[in-house]
Amino acid sequence: MVEIVPLNKKWNYLRKILERSGPFQQETFEPSGEILEFLNNTCKILVIGAGGLGCELLKNFAMMGFKNIDVIDMDIIELSNLNRQFLFRRKDIGKSKAETAAEFINKRIAGCKVTPHFCKIQDYDESFYRQFHVIVSGLDSIVARRWINGMLISLVKYDDDGNPDVSTIVPMIDGGTEGFKGNARVILPTLSPCIDCTLDLYPPQVSYPLCTIANTPRLPEHCIEYVKVILWDKENPFNCALDGDDPEHLSFVFEKAQERANKFNITGLTYRLVQGVLKNIIPAVSSTNAVIAAICASEVFKIATSCYEYLNNYMVFNDIDGIYTYKYEAEKNPECLACSSKVRTIAIKNPSSMTLQDLIDYLCNNPEYQLKNPGLTTTLNGKNKTLYMSTVKSIEEQTRCNLTQSLHELNLSDGQELVIADVTNPNSIIVKLKFTDNEVEMY
Amino acid sequence: MIKLFSLKQQKKDGESGGQQKSTRSAAQLRITKDINELNLPRTCTTTFPDPNDLLNFKMIICPDEGYYRSGRFIFNFKVGPNYPHEPPKVKCETKVYHPNIDLEGNVCLNILREDWKPVLTINSIVYGLQYLFLEPNAEDPLNKEAADVLQNNRRLFEHNVSKAMRGAYIGNVYFDRCLNTN
Repeated sequence: MVEIVPLNKKWNYLRKILERSGPFQQETFEPSGEILEFLNNTCKILVIGAGGLGCELLKNFAMMGFKNIDVIDMDIIELSNLNRQFLFRRKDIGKSKAETAAEFINKRIAGCKVTPHFCKIQDYDESFYRQFHVIVSGLDSIVARRWINGMLISLVKYDDDGNPDVSTIVPMIDGGTEGFKGNARVILPTLSPCIDCTLDLYPPQVSYPLCTIANTPRLPEHCIEYVKVILWDKENPFNCALDGDDPEHLSFVFEKAQERANKFNITGLTYRLVQGVLKNIIPAVSSTNAVIAAICASEVFKIATSCYEYLNNYMVFNDIDGIYTYKYEAEKNPECLACSSKVRTIAIKNPSSMTLQDLIDYLCNNPEYQLKNPGLTTTLNGKNKTLYMSTVKSIEEQTRCNLTQSLHELNLSDGQELVIADVTNPNSIIVKLKFTDNEVEMY
Repeated sequence: MIKLFSLKQQKKDGESGGQQKSTRSAAQLRITKDINELNLPRTCTTTFPDPNDLLNFKMIICPDEGYYRSGRFIFNFKVGPNYPHEPPKVKCETKVYHPNIDLEGNVCLNILREDWKPVLTINSIVYGLQYLFLEPNAEDPLNKEAADVLQNNRRLFEHNVSKAMRGAYIGNVYFDRCLNTN
């Protein structure tokens, strides 16, 4: 029987890459029609942020054959976004960025299904993030980057030898821009350097000495910080925390900062500066966003299709004077608190008779560990639990009763991870309990 | 290196394997280490209202020398999710007549703000706070009146400090009694 397949011209340009081999392809690449099929029907990607980079990314993915796209953003659309966040119109001001962007793409690109999530990334747990093949982020905050970074690292499972199981790794492509500068990087959690490994690449947050703010201000920024750090709590004008998005709050800060600036003969205070200092605003340039988003989208494409070597692993772009770009291989920080804690496994034969004290004795006496004074914590039902800590009197008194309890009685289960701090190690170590025999033994 | 495309297909097959929650954050790993290694001077004690929450605790300092000898001062420590890349928030809960601590409990200690570095620990802050009581610094004042007195009349400053710690008005500000009764 002859099967007639309607030629879908729409993806012809992708077919040229995915269905034939070429001199620059990744060595192991096997061209086939299945890959486009995978992009269209199976591959699920998450775009974090629907702002400057997010709009560009969503457009790029929708035009590149990705059809299952989720987008998450907690922000609403503001007037000042419209010059570069081109999925939004004036009438959309005040609406959710994620929802509006998704609606726009779904309407414009037939067959593309963008699912919006109008919330914080922190509102979802592992089961949400685990479902994606690749995650791409266009965030404006280091805190959010580190959170998602930590989340993706926690998705990685290890075998008994402590090696990561690569099928649990969700790659993350991170893009960032600031004015005419931008960067893109590929992160394979636990395999390649993560956000925390290279944390010192981010400029430190500007912070001024408290006494300068309180008594000897010299800059308009000092006056704004004074209202923010000292006066706000003292006067509490709106009975709530300072919100840099609230125009009433901004006016209050501006007015009080101006009073202070006048008192100390400081010039240069403007409403915009107040906004800038309170919200840490950095100017956005749409062409930079377009370049970085395009690079991120290509990296997602390369990883999803394996057609070409992906970026290894950090790319920098700068077009202040001419255009300058390079890539380099950032290195993993062996001491990274987020990704380098190698998980070691301890086999436990009898969790119902082994007490916490027995476990601590084991950690102190076993030649592999030889700990001196370990403090142990873990996570139970998403909450931190201190199992035992001898060095701090108040904690010791409250956790001493745990020592005589069995691991079962402490609700520790097979696969439980314990965080152990000890003077013998510069960092906390992570130990995974493996219960080798769960059957009740008869005596 | 790894071939993600083929791996993804495997992933689809055996998706919902055994799931183990592990929410070890960098802050948690680091604070566990810091707290386990707290090496407090005789003059300091800590209390943890909830021993499972190592991120919120109080530090009680009872100086045994200097102007503030026999006082008892309580500091509240709040360690954020960005620790150790951001310093903990430290506030003095005891109203104290001190040039570098204001009446709201804000503390002017360089390592709590502009000179904080991730290599510093909770212990470093404790030593910093202790030093603040031994050597109040009139150069960088938060409480300007106290600083002026310290600079111009040490005897009066000493007198004011011990008066405030016994519970009294200094100028028009009332200071609660905060003597160490132990």
